[in-house]
Amino acid sequence: MSALLELNNLVKRFQSFTAVNGISLEVPAGEVLGFLGPNGAGKSTTMKMAAGFLTPDSGSAHICGVDVAAQPELARQNLGYLPEGAPAYGEMSVAAFLKFCARLRDLSGAEAREAIARAVDRTELGGVLEQPIETMSKGFKRRVGLAQAILHEPKVLILDEPTDGLDPNQKHHVRQLIRDMSSDRAIVISTHILEEVDAVCTRAVIIDRGTIVADGTAADLRKLGPGKGKASSLEEAFRHVTVPVTMEEKPHV
Amino acid sequence: MSRIMAIFQRELSGYFNTPIAYVFLIIFVMLGGLFTFYIGNLYERGVADLVPYFTYLPWLFLILVPAISMRLWSEERRSGTIELLMTMPVSVWQAVIGKWLASVAFVAVALACTIPLWLTVNYLGSPDNGVIAVSYLGALALASVFLAIGSCMSALTSNQVIAFVLAVSAGFVFVTSGTPVVLDAVRTVAPEAIAAGVASLSVLTHYDGLTRGLIDVPAVVWVISMTAFWLFATTLAVEFKKAG
Repeated sequence: MSALLELNNLVKRFQSFTAVNGISLEVPAGEVLGFLGPNGAGKSTTMKMAAGFLTPDSGSAHICGVDVAAQPELARQNLGYLPEGAPAYGEMSVAAFLKFCARLRDLSGAEAREAIARAVDRTELGGVLEQPIETMSKGFKRRVGLAQAILHEPKVLILDEPTDGLDPNQKHHVRQLIRDMSSDRAIVISTHILEEVDAVCTRAVIIDRGTIVADGTAADLRKLGPGKGKASSLEEAFRHVTVPVTMEEKPHV
Repeated sequence: MSRIMAIFQRELSGYFNTPIAYVFLIIFVMLGGLFTFYIGNLYERGVADLVPYFTYLPWLFLILVPAISMRLWSEERRSGTIELLMTMPVSVWQAVIGKWLASVAFVAVALACTIPLWLTVNYLGSPDNGVIAVSYLGALALASVFLAIGSCMSALTSNQVIAFVLAVSAGFVFVTSGTPVVLDAVRTVAPEAIAAGVASLSVLTHYDGLTRGLIDVPAVVWVISMTAFWLFATTLAVEFKKAG
């Protein structure tokens, strides 16, 4: 029971389409796991199941040892989740939104004020607290979503594309934030940006068509490229493991 | 409980953060006055009571209440905030109850805006204020049922317009199931017992008693069971829809 986040053989089908086909993972404290993969590979679906939003067709997810499907409310107390696109209630101000989230997290009074102040400070939202969320730029909205996710200092953080829509300075800042928080937490981030793997992740998995096709550190992944064991760029390795194998390697069939 | 309250407050202030609330309140009060004075002929009747108002209220509710309930879940689904809400340590039923209570509170505010009507009849004569108070309670209970139906319809779709049309249609079925037109049609094809069953589901059957100041057991049972049923159905719809 060392892993804070455990996924066991998760499967999710939508009608006849299998979005996630048997994904198993263990993420211990101190690890920042990067989820890579082409669009539609099943990254977000996997994260939604890990967060307990989608119910898997088979398999299970555990957060701090608690089954997400069996005891969802208990499991979610240790979870901070940034959904894809960082949705938030647009008509609310940042302050009101974070206060609402704090109340749902059973934080009140001084405790809530401290938690909000800390999250606002970390995500640099101090200047826009009274602004309605719908009037803000994409980058700010993303940071509001992040603030909400880290509000209660959760043991497990699942962040779906946390740096999407941020400018380079903001990206740098968010990566710094993730690194700072990683020491005693399990963090999973999904990303399209391969440089992010080097910048923040201690480990990465590549998902393609619902299954894990590569798993390891950035250095491990580089060896999977076309260079036959020699290190290639992450991008080459990514393309090599996710290109439809049937076309390239089955010419003799 | 504190989570239900948090959701309740967010939802209620959400109404007042948008122009919908004010448009609704103005239209609701204006149409109420129209029905009371012009169609209900309050002055010509020469009786100091609010029967003209409460007689037409179910029809007003039929159209206007779904406008209040349509956003409850559709908006969450359209904007994706449902994913945020449902990954918080909140259960589906807590969210369903909190949102529904907020919509009920909003209709209570709308009804409170018509209190000048009540004052008017007291100025004109001496109405039975007990009957009027019970009528207001009955109106709120009726709205609660419509809102529970509307919340279920809202949970079925991410499109508010569809949620509105579905809720009006469902409401219409429950309003008209007590009218002679529907009951006579039922009697031609089914035994009297079935017709009585259909009538007992009707809004009007129970509401009429309340507007005469009568709180009877069947009416209370109807309000509670209809509300509970539709809120439970909402919970199922939310669960089912998020399961993808």
